[in-house]
Amino acid sequence: MTERLPPKERTKIPRQAMPEQDPHERAHNFAEVNRGLEILVAEKEAQRCLACNDPKCVHGCPVGVKIREFVDLVIEGEYLKAAAKIREDNVLPAVTGRVCPQENQCEGSCILGKRFSPLAIGHLERFVADYEQATGQVGLPERAPATGKKVAIVGSGPAGLSCAGDLVLKGHDVTVFEALHEIGGVLVYGIPEFRLPKEIVRNEVDNLRKMGVDFQTNVVIGKTVTIDELFDEEGYDAVFIATGAGLPKFMNLPGEHLGGVYSANEFLTRVNLMKAYDPDHYDSPIYYCRDRNVAVIGGGNTAMDSIRSALRLGAKNAYIIYRRGEEEMPARREEVHHARDEGVQFLNLHNPVEFLGNDDGYLTAVKLIKMELGPEDESGRRSPIPIESSEFDLPLDVAIIAIGTGANPLVQSTTPDVKTNKWGYIVADDQTLRTTKRGVFAGGDIVSGSATVILAMGAGRTAARSIHEYLTTGEW
Amino acid sequence: MFPIRQARFLAPEIKLFKIEAPRIARRRQAGQFVIVRIHEHGERIPLTIADSDVDQGTITIVVQGIGKTTKLLNMLETGDAIQDVVGPLGEPSEVDQFGTVVVIGGGVGTAIAFPTAVAMKQAGNRVLSIIGAKSKELLILEDEMRATSDELFIMTDDGSAGTHGFVTQKLEDLIQQGEQIDRVLAIGPIPMMQAVANVTRPHNIKTIVSLNPIMVDGTGMCGGCRVTVGSQTRFACVDGPEFDAHDVDFKILAQRNTLYHSSEQTAFESFVSDPSKDIDQIRHCRLQQRHPEVGPQAS
Ligand SMILES: Cc1cc2nc3c(=O)[nH]c(=O)nc-3n(C[C@H](O)[C@H](O)[C@H](O)COP(=O)(O)OP(=O)(O)OC[C@H]3O[C@@H](n4cnc5c(N)ncnc54)[C@H](O)[C@@H]3O)c2cc1C
Ligand SMILES: Cc1cc2nc3c(=O)[nH]c(=O)nc-3n(C[C@H](O)[C@H](O)[C@H](O)COP(=O)(O)OP(=O)(O)OC[C@H]3O[C@@H](n4cnc5c(N)ncnc54)[C@H](O)[C@@H]3O)c2cc1C
Ligand code: FES
Repeated sequence: MTERLPPKERTKIPRQAMPEQDPHERAHNFAEVNRGLEILVAEKEAQRCLACNDPKCVHGCPVGVKIREFVDLVIEGEYLKAAAKIREDNVLPAVTGRVCPQENQCEGSCILGKRFSPLAIGHLERFVADYEQATGQVGLPERAPATGKKVAIVGSGPAGLSCAGDLVLKGHDVTVFEALHEIGGVLVYGIPEFRLPKEIVRNEVDNLRKMGVDFQTNVVIGKTVTIDELFDEEGYDAVFIATGAGLPKFMNLPGEHLGGVYSANEFLTRVNLMKAYDPDHYDSPIYYCRDRNVAVIGGGNTAMDSIRSALRLGAKNAYIIYRRGEEEMPARREEVHHARDEGVQFLNLHNPVEFLGNDDGYLTAVKLIKMELGPEDESGRRSPIPIESSEFDLPLDVAIIAIGTGANPLVQSTTPDVKTNKWGYIVADDQTLRTTKRGVFAGGDIVSGSATVILAMGAGRTAARSIHEYLTTGEW
Repeated sequence: MFPIRQARFLAPEIKLFKIEAPRIARRRQAGQFVIVRIHEHGERIPLTIADSDVDQGTITIVVQGIGKTTKLLNMLETGDAIQDVVGPLGEPSEVDQFGTVVVIGGGVGTAIAFPTAVAMKQAGNRVLSIIGAKSKELLILEDEMRATSDELFIMTDDGSAGTHGFVTQKLEDLIQQGEQIDRVLAIGPIPMMQAVANVTRPHNIKTIVSLNPIMVDGTGMCGGCRVTVGSQTRFACVDGPEFDAHDVDFKILAQRNTLYHSSEQTAFESFVSDPSKDIDQIRHCRLQQRHPEVGPQAS
């Protein structure tokens, strides 16, 4: 067991760097970029924690992971206990340690960050979660005696998975229905292998399976079965809708139909879910990127994931086209840096106005217009304004549109008594996540609009609490 | 896993399958389709539900082997199983009492049109069917279509059965003869559907076609299946697959369907030269299901 250093000593330790695959090498493979901290390095990093009495990091975490306590356990060398501590509030630590926007959450609130670099909480979280996976000693909690109540969960993204985990522990009979052939939602079809290896998601899903969750793939609720049928014919007592916000948005620009123009969802689904990057072993094709010019329109995580995937598929020039400046990009900082290190070229303050193609219907170029930032709007962001007569053509073979997604509509269209707002998102009570239909709850991106893994997971937990209460009291 | 309960060839390269999928069998309506992934490494392809049997819990699909995935599928037999089948997807056909409905099926399109022909008949329409194929042996579902039609016309490109010529010729004949047609449903190769649209347009006959763009998820999540209809972008998997033929931009559809030509060609060639890799994968899964002790290495 290691002792904590005195405060002065702690601040002398620099933030420990995450070892990465060399940028030139990794730009050509789909293996994970970040390699994880070594034990000694993790311990050294943990020693930087100031052990605040009122840890601000915990307030910064949307699900209130007991960060100080788990970091203490890392210092003590009790990695399995540290992982179990995180699991009390967060069922997917190996995932969130990799994909949370820590800079806006825990690390953004860390006191160390005021004068030094913040504690690398995400890297430590990942370290203990990976350690736990590697030992195979995942501390799965005990299951309460069976209650005989059946809960259906629609969608297997982070919201659905966390809700399933909590409810099964309470002794309920839990089935997760997923439209696709794989479990995990965006974690498997959206976020690429080089950022979140699918093995990790599979392990977490296996843990849930061991805890007793039943997974049914290839079931589209609203098509294969409706919510009403789940209640009336299949005997479910409650339903949690966690269908996400996966509907791709296009820009309605001329030429969007051209071959080579993709939605980010299609591009990423082909690459990740269908494994188009491995044509020797998988059948789903992707339009050739090798030695070609590829651009992504957008500045979020989806945009970074798409362009870095294109780079790995061999793109000669890989551009990000974004209508604001780098400061305004919603993507995780780390991903922007990684993209730049790998050779992605940023065309900030540019916006497409038209896609140009040849007679065969294939993309050849995009017409761009330069933008400048105007005054701040109500949201406090400076809105981009086109600069007149600044258009030019950028030769392009593949364009990927990553300007956001909308609500998945299939459930709502067959369940009219679940109320939606004007954008098609489901209306649910903030506290209880109850919808307007008795016994039906909703959470994650399908309620909030596109957000984050941790927020979706938090919603899943809230829903589980609220569903358990409903099932126990029978009161709506 | 979705077990194949029956498999038989209807014509060279065209095979009918009954697949156990009770939930889909119960809910499907004419015009809807499933997405199928044959094995763990396969692609997802859309196939129309030609029929279903709620009591047996089976759906029927009719597959034309034209590329790697469909040819592989057509190698499967009763007792094999398909990894993934999801559905019913898409909007059902619009079925109502229209009056006289002409149903046109070209090639495997006949199987896709068949369930809607049945539904149209049941709804009290007078159904005139025109089915076409290159030659006699490629004609499918002739008896089934006859049973559900008030009149059935057969057209072959080489005259080996029925009348020599294209389905559009028969349609033009009917119009010339003064047949009062209230609606046309045409399903087949893109040039055929486009030709039908051109025939009916000047006569203002409402014409519906079922589009076959390349799909991935089939639930509206990728936009790969987008088609241009009346200068609007629509997703065929959720807004279709049936659209008003007079509004469809067939050129864009045909062009988009060539997107993966070279990968498809490569996949096809390597599959034909050695189909055993894929077949083993399917049969092995079956073996493993029955004998879990057989590890992934064994074959
Ligand atoms: C490319 C990409 C990168 C991202 N990167 C990050 C990141 O780095 N960090 C971060 O915190 N967040 C990131 N996000 C956002 C994050 O992934 C989402 O906020 C989160 O996954 C939402 O979880 P969810 O459970 O609400 O829905 P989803 O993960 O979208 O899962 C919904 C599931 O429901 C299924 N479904 C939909 N309709 C039906 C139906 N009718 N029947 C059955 N199943 C259905 C879908 O197939 C899907 O599997 C990223 C998102 C994308 C797209
Ligand atoms: C709604 C719908 C219903 C269909 N119903 C039937 C049916 O009942 N019977 C039948 O035989 N065929 C049907 N098809 C067509 C069938 O899906 C394609 O023939 C099949 O995907 C070809 O795959 P392949 O690997 O054998 O051929 P490939 O060599 O991959 O492709 C040959 C051609 O098929 C088309 N194609 C390829 N991949 C896809 C895909 N994922 N989705 C759609 N088209 C693709 C392309 O135009 C391509 O040029 C339907 C298509 C759609 C969209
Ligand atoms: S197939 Fe993906 S949206 Fe239609």
